[in-house]
Formats: sequence, structure tokens, C-alpha cells
Amino acid sequence: MSNKTIIPIGPYHPLQEEPELFKLYCDGEIVRDIKWETGYNHRSIEKLSESKTYDQVFFLVERICGICSTSHPFAFANAVEEIGNIEITDRAKYIRSIIGELERIHSHLLWVGLAGHFLGYNTVFMWAWKYREPVLDLFEMITGNRNSYAMFKVGGVRRDIENVKISIIRKNLIDIWKKTDLLAGAVMDDPVIHARTKGVGILTRQDIIDYAAVGPTARASGVAIDVRKDDPYAAYPLVNWKVITAQAGDVFAKAEVRLLEMYESISIIEQCLDGLERTKEGDITVRVKEIPEGMGTGRAEAPRGEVFHFVVSDGSNSPARHKIRAPSYVNIATFKKSCVGQTIADATISLAAVDPCYCCTERMAVAYDINSGKKIMNANELINCSIMRTAEMKKNKINH
Amino acid sequence: MGLARGELIKDTRRKIKDDVTGNEERETRKMDTKVLIEKLKENFKSGILEVVIKNDRRIIISVSPDLILNVAEYLYKTAGLRFIIASALHTKKGFEIHYHFSMDSFGLVLNIHVILDKVNPQIESLSNMFNASNWIEREMHELFGINFLNHPNQEKLISEGNWAEGVYPYRKEFK
Repeated sequence: MSNKTIIPIGPYHPLQEEPELFKLYCDGEIVRDIKWETGYNHRSIEKLSESKTYDQVFFLVERICGICSTSHPFAFANAVEEIGNIEITDRAKYIRSIIGELERIHSHLLWVGLAGHFLGYNTVFMWAWKYREPVLDLFEMITGNRNSYAMFKVGGVRRDIENVKISIIRKNLIDIWKKTDLLAGAVMDDPVIHARTKGVGILTRQDIIDYAAVGPTARASGVAIDVRKDDPYAAYPLVNWKVITAQAGDVFAKAEVRLLEMYESISIIEQCLDGLERTKEGDITVRVKEIPEGMGTGRAEAPRGEVFHFVVSDGSNSPARHKIRAPSYVNIATFKKSCVGQTIADATISLAAVDPCYCCTERMAVAYDINSGKKIMNANELINCSIMRTAEMKKNKINH
Repeated sequence: MGLARGELIKDTRRKIKDDVTGNEERETRKMDTKVLIEKLKENFKSGILEVVIKNDRRIIISVSPDLILNVAEYLYKTAGLRFIIASALHTKKGFEIHYHFSMDSFGLVLNIHVILDKVNPQIESLSNMFNASNWIEREMHELFGINFLNHPNQEKLISEGNWAEGVYPYRKEFK
């Protein structure tokens, strides 16, 4: 290891604008090993969650990730409703699925754009993000927010989609479909993208099983797992759709799966809108008295894969333990397989191929000493730590 | 390559229509949940302490901690279950770990539950069998102070180098 060159990506990712540190151990152009350093983003969400009431936790978990901000409330709602044995109304199910699928479209468009950006193909980046805007506008119309929609609560959703808005949503969807179709056609037909992504960062079926990877990463390697189909929740068992898979396992296959999933998402939303027309306006919530003692498991398929929430309730109004597993937590570990043996130039796109979300992976802030109950570290001390760390790193660098 | 743009969009749409590979595979992976529990009982007899069937998609099985390696091996290799994650809990009984396994063809989440010692919590690591448990075991070691025996690399995951030794932030105090 010692005679290899270390190429750092981070502590602040130059393209993804998130804090992480990859150390690529290179031998000439070839990456021989990779190490990941984390903790820059840890906010102790799991611990904080124990101090919040069930209603407040939704706003907390919504802020785990800015891009897939609905997937965590979705999984948490599933977990709490399992503890309380709560069956929500059909209209609430349809609204939840609409929000989930719209989010998938904008998240996948964001990824396609970023992937283009990583390849130095900024036209794709500009186009994809331009086409993502109408989706966010649609969100603003439905929920009042372009991101962090605050739509979920135990027993239903907070806001209704009025029936008068349905025709406007449909019109916008057709528009989004046309643009997505144009982009998907252009991306999948582009010789530059073919050359840069085919046969790059391959994950085999066995790698997926070994690292328990989920979502489009797994589906691109032919492992057909999708929580929406396997463990149906919300309106997904009520509508007709297909799980998209590809067999190659390279970056192109991952792009293909994501692009094709957007078509499915649009089809799901259209069927959910039909469902809204069949149900009574305003019937979006059921009364929830209290959450009994027990354990609940909630799963939801985020754009990046399966989100897993495990909630233990002791009968009080806040969770006794709340475990969160974001999809990137298992997907990022696969870098050891997808990047090693590749050139440095290919490593960047391989690292981006699983659509990593660093804030999801970490989740933590203030810690208390168990014996005295005193704060061990406050913000200033953390800043001092950071200054000391930088000084230490500088010193080490000089010694080398 | 090679297709004109209009052709490719048509091709894309056709692909969506024809893509049923996932659904076919789904059928072949089936193993009944009841059969699975029977087999576990048959193989591990008194090691299985308790089976709680909440509903047909959520099952919690308490096992004795010294059997965890064998049980996990059976679930992963023979029954083909996917390891999702493990959750550690600090309760009055001591340290508890729920190992969550998923049987995707049934939507089943199988929790393998173990209770560890209050003072010196330790259990065999699963990371030599599958890589998926590597990070979460490091995390549990860091936050709860649970020791994983034979772990390939039990370093800190989240607060590498910045945290006091022997202080475990997620532990609780019971009166």
C-alpha cells in the first residue's frame, strides 16, 4: 500500500457538493484500492428522533436527505402504522404514491444530469436539470414546497389534492413525459455516453448479493428487487406497473434502468390520479389515538433503493429506538468492487453510478456523557477539533 | 448505437412492454415462510428461544447468541435471504441486536433477535460471510460498545479519530 499514490476525492466532493473523502490508492493510472472516510455529516438523527414526538419525527427524517426527502417519512409512516395497526384511506394512499413517484422522476433526472456532468458532458447536465424544473413546479402546486414537502403524518397525509387540480397535473405530466422521452432517447443513443459508460464499473450479481445492494444498482445487475412490488405499501398494489431490470451491471445499465423507471413512474402517477377521481375529496386521514407498545418495520423504495426504518415503541409519545438504513449505506460499500482495477478517469463516474447520497448515509450532533449527563462536545469544540484536524493533516503532508 | 433517434425511442418503449425478466425470476425464488420456520426449528432445536409471528410478512425469532453465525449462514446461503441491516438496542435486559433479513419474493422481514451481556456485550461477527454487515458492525461497536469477535477491521466508522475512547453515545442509563 505504501508505494502507491493516493488520490483524494474530497473532503468536499468537487462535483457532487457533499462532504465525503475517498482515497484512491493508485498504481499509475489504475486504481488498486479505495478507502472511504466519513463523519463530516453525522447529525445523530437516530438519537434526536428519541427526543421527538411521533408527529415531529416526520419533519426530522424529512431532512435526512434533500433530494429524496419523502422516502424517509414514507418508511417511517409505514413503520408507525404497523405498530398501531392503522389502515389509511385509499385517497391518502394515492396521494402518498403520487408524491413518491414525482420524487423519483426528479431524482432520476437529477442523476442523469449529474452523470453527464461527471463525464464532462455538460449539455446533458443542462438539459436534464432544465427538464427537472417543471417537476418541482408541480410539487410546489401540489404541496406548497419545491422540496421537503411535509405531506406525511401518521394515519394519512396533511394536504389533499383537490380534484380541480387533477386536469392541470395531467397536462403537466404529458409535458414532462415528452421532455423525458426526448432526453432518454438522446442519452441512450449518444456515442460519447456509450463509450464512457459501457463496460465501466461492472457489478456482478454475486457482488450485489454479497454487499446486499438495493435499488437501481441491484436491478441493473439483474437482481429484481423492488420494495414496491415485494412488500407492497401505499397505492402500489392498486396500480399496474413493472419492475425494470437490466443485466449488464455497468454504468450504462444503471442509466438505462433509471431512464426507463421514469416512464413507469409517470404511468403510476396517471393511474393514481384516476384513483383520486374515484375517491371522495377530503377523505385523507384517519384518527389516531395513541401508538401502543411494540416494534414496527417500515420499508419504502426511494429513488436510490430500499429505505428501512425500524421503530421500537414503549407506549409513550416518542420512539424508544429508531434505526434508519438509507440505501446509499449499502450501495456505497460496493465501490470496492466497481472502482478497483479501473482507471482514475472511470472511477469518478463509477463512484457516481450508484447515485450516492452522503447525508443519508451518516445521519448525527451533540453527545452526552452517560455518567454525568454533561455535554461532551459543543459546536465550538467541534470547530476547534476541525481546525486541529486540518493542522494535523497539513503537518503530515509536510512530513511526507 | 446505430439506431436513429426516432427508432431508439420506439425501441425504449418496446423494452418496457417486453421487460418481464424480473417477474419471471420472482416466481422461481419462492420458499414458503412456514417451511422456513419449520426448517429453522428442526436445525437449531433448543437454540430457537421464541418465535413471534406478527403477521405473514413480519416474523421475529429469538435465538441464543452463540448460534448467530450458524443461523445467519443458514438464512443467507441455504434459504437465500438478503441481509438488510442490524439494529442495536440498549434496554434494561442488556444489549439487544435485531438482525433484519429480507425474503424479497414474499416481502418478509425476518428479525433474528439476540440478547447480549449487560457488562461485556460481545457476539460473533457476520462480516466474514457477507460484506453487507461490515459497516453496521463497526457502527454498533462505535455507538454502543458491542464487541464483534473476528471482525476483519473493527475501526470506528463515523467519528474516526475524533471521539474519546470508551465513550459510547447511544448507551442509556437505567435507574
